[in-house]
Amino acid sequence: MRILELDRLAREIPAGAMVAIPPDNSATCAAFARALIRQGARGLRLVGVPVSGYATDLLIGAGCVEEVQSSAVSLDEAGSAPCFTRAIKAGRIRMLDATCPAMHAMLEAAGKGIPFIPIRGILGSDLLTHRPDWRVIDNPFEKGDPIVILPALAPDFAVFHAAAADREGNVWVGRHRELAAMAHAAQRTFATVERIVEGNLTEDERMAPGVISGVYIEAVAVAERGAWPGGLLDEYPDDAEHFLEYARLARSEEGFHAYLARHVMAPAAAAAE
Amino acid sequence: MKDVLSEERLIGAITRLILDPQKRRARHVAIGAASPIPAAASYLAREIAGDVRVSVLNQRRGNPFTNGTGELFDLTAEGRIDLFFLGGGEIDGAGNINLIGTGEWPGSAVRFPGSFGSAFMYMMVPRVILYRFEHSLRVLVPKVAYVSAPGTSPAGVFRRGHAEALVTGKAVFSFSPERARFTLVSVHPGESAESVRAATGFDYDVAEPLAETADPSSEWLSLLRGPVAAAMAPTYPTFAQLVWPAAELARSA
Repeated sequence: MRILELDRLAREIPAGAMVAIPPDNSATCAAFARALIRQGARGLRLVGVPVSGYATDLLIGAGCVEEVQSSAVSLDEAGSAPCFTRAIKAGRIRMLDATCPAMHAMLEAAGKGIPFIPIRGILGSDLLTHRPDWRVIDNPFEKGDPIVILPALAPDFAVFHAAAADREGNVWVGRHRELAAMAHAAQRTFATVERIVEGNLTEDERMAPGVISGVYIEAVAVAERGAWPGGLLDEYPDDAEHFLEYARLARSEEGFHAYLARHVMAPAAAAAE
Repeated sequence: MKDVLSEERLIGAITRLILDPQKRRARHVAIGAASPIPAAASYLAREIAGDVRVSVLNQRRGNPFTNGTGELFDLTAEGRIDLFFLGGGEIDGAGNINLIGTGEWPGSAVRFPGSFGSAFMYMMVPRVILYRFEHSLRVLVPKVAYVSAPGTSPAGVFRRGHAEALVTGKAVFSFSPERARFTLVSVHPGESAESVRAATGFDYDVAEPLAETADPSSEWLSLLRGPVAAAMAPTYPTFAQLVWPAAELARSA
């Protein structure tokens, strides 16, 4: 396991990579997304687990994204995701619409090393029409029971934020077990963390159930308040006012670029991360 | 105590639907993202009926989901959730919902956020209540541009339930899955059969007699302004502060 500077870690993601990231309410890697923009990332194929928010919208607006696979892209209480909406209307990004349990299931299939996984529901949804990779089969165990099957999804990278890592690469994510499913599915996983702790997290029985083992983690960067403006467990709440400010500014291209200059590209913003 | 707020009337109307004695008892109600009105209605149902578990996806303290954000769908798949709420950028007269968009796929004219869990939840939860505050011709359409989740399914397709009602800022409709059709049951104060018809793009039946949506009783109002407001505040601070500022003040004093 390597411990890198945040901007150095972002340079590990090559152009065109498929990167799975969590949404705003699930330890999102917002600081990492800002670092990707500073590093001039291009052609990313983002995977929302199972939906997407601020980080995805920011990366789309900055021209880093070619494709989004997600069950939704929104800023929740702060409304629709402005850059995403503009990019869809202009046909600038490829959108693979999905539904939340399907995103989880496709990653779980990859994590189990199986080629596909069945899922209930979805039959009759236009999602099926537009996802040729999602098929309908007859339940082989019971006649007359059509059921959807989904291919395993193994992203090139999974990236998320967490409270702490130890020097063995064990990362404590608490109740966010969906991050473990991401890490199990992805080829390579990076985490940003609030802090590096001494000792081994897996030796503490109270912490161990919330730990993703260093087996899965390739590199870590320290990013204090790295989920901001998202919140992180009981460490800090989300910054509702900042989400509203982002939503207001990103409504126009000019406003979005002012936001980028102030909160992403400015030396002070970068140094703060 | 009176002076019922429009939010409280909506909450009360949804609570009556949750507690409908004609329906399978709702032991476990789940609430998705950004749904303060359905959440308040579910907390009120819990205060009244006692044995209602309310699981809120984004609950800030004591969130019941300890196995990740996918656990809601696993619970649902197993049949452990009895009632769920869905909305739609568009909702049509056959109960289909569209959270994708309009124009060329995937939304060249209007793009909605996306389908979230709807394509699964609508079919896998035994009881679904549709809630959308905006009651207009652009939301309640004759036919949705795209189906995120279908209102009904052909025989042979595994499905546990359907919408049983649609609640909007103007009215309450019931839904018949056999006929794939809504019936207007009550209009909120200030609305009429005509004003609702004029704002609804799909065709529907009208109950005879057509009722006015009842206000919550004083007992329900004190529950709303007391324990329900307190339960709402940690997860929905903006909504709680807006609707029940007095309750907020009383608790922080």
